[in-house]
Amino acid sequence: MAQVIVVTSGKGGVGKTTTSAAFATGLALRGKKTVVIDFDVGLRNLDLIMGVERRVVFDIVNVIQGEARLNQALIRDKRVDTLSILPASQTRDKDALTKEGVQKVIEELSADFDYILCDSPAGIEKGALLALYFADQAIVVTNPEVSSVRDSDRILGVLQSKSKRSEEKREKVKEHLLVTRFDPVRAERGEMLKLEDVREILAIPLLGVVPESESVLRASNTGTPVIMDRESVAGQAYSDAVGRFLGEELPHRFLEPERKGGLFKRLFGGRAA
Amino acid sequence: MSWLDFFRTRKQADPPSASQAKERLQIVLAHERIGRTREDFLPRLQQELVAVVARYVAIDPGKVNINLDRGGDMSTLEIEIELPGPPQEVKLQRAAAAG
Repeated sequence: MAQVIVVTSGKGGVGKTTTSAAFATGLALRGKKTVVIDFDVGLRNLDLIMGVERRVVFDIVNVIQGEARLNQALIRDKRVDTLSILPASQTRDKDALTKEGVQKVIEELSADFDYILCDSPAGIEKGALLALYFADQAIVVTNPEVSSVRDSDRILGVLQSKSKRSEEKREKVKEHLLVTRFDPVRAERGEMLKLEDVREILAIPLLGVVPESESVLRASNTGTPVIMDRESVAGQAYSDAVGRFLGEELPHRFLEPERKGGLFKRLFGGRAA
Repeated sequence: MSWLDFFRTRKQADPPSASQAKERLQIVLAHERIGRTREDFLPRLQQELVAVVARYVAIDPGKVNINLDRGGDMSTLEIEIELPGPPQEVKLQRAAAAG
């Protein structure tokens, strides 16, 4: 049986798709058979972030409506052979997704994969509810910013009341906090919520902290999940988070501002890799 | 990082990625804009192709692979249909004839 993981946040633009792409790639790089599903019907973007946008033939809606078989809609990643992508439809509206349809897709994928990652759309409408409904675990992506923290709290409430596990009164969905776009310099200056503040308010276990990094935009420009950029702090932070998810004990890194080096470093080396 | 590294990293730096972003967007959007005015024909195309082939050969619909590569000037659509081997009786008849 595969583990179903939803990547969710409530708020848009906090890094759900970046996280889904990085995390799925990270699990696959560690040999886990992983599939990542885009639930944002009508506004798909996971294909672009994964760099497979030119190869999309069929999507999840085609599969649910019986127009294509699941293995025809799955896109095998060319970089990591244990990784597949199931794109969202770009042309249909969100009502094309049904609970029964999604259940069938997830059950069929369960037979072939170790991990099924569901990249949720923003909001708490149908697409987002379906993305989290079947989850065993949830990665809640949060920026250290008031509206993001509030929306994460809201989505935690939804996970506890509207997921299949909650409806069936089974053990609750395992929650993980992933703080993204963290800027240690601004947090230290008191211009940004501190990590401890976010942890205290949301009170769920911390899976990782991904610092604000130029490499995220570069990764999206080129369609390469940022976790493949091993030089970058964001890539390393995602890699650590995947390790922790799989049970490794790794200290959190990149939480403190980098201490200033010599004159040259101050003049030229100030940018995050 | 020492000051020497500064010169080294600059030399090795990858070319800026924004141009790649623009090129990828131009290709994907060109295809999506066409799609807005026309219904997605791929599911029907696949069904009809499989139906035509199935008229001549018994095929397993699960063994039809479709690959698409959208390009700027040209796209390629690859349809791979696995044909089954000759039926068992034919093989036996052949074996009998040869023997």
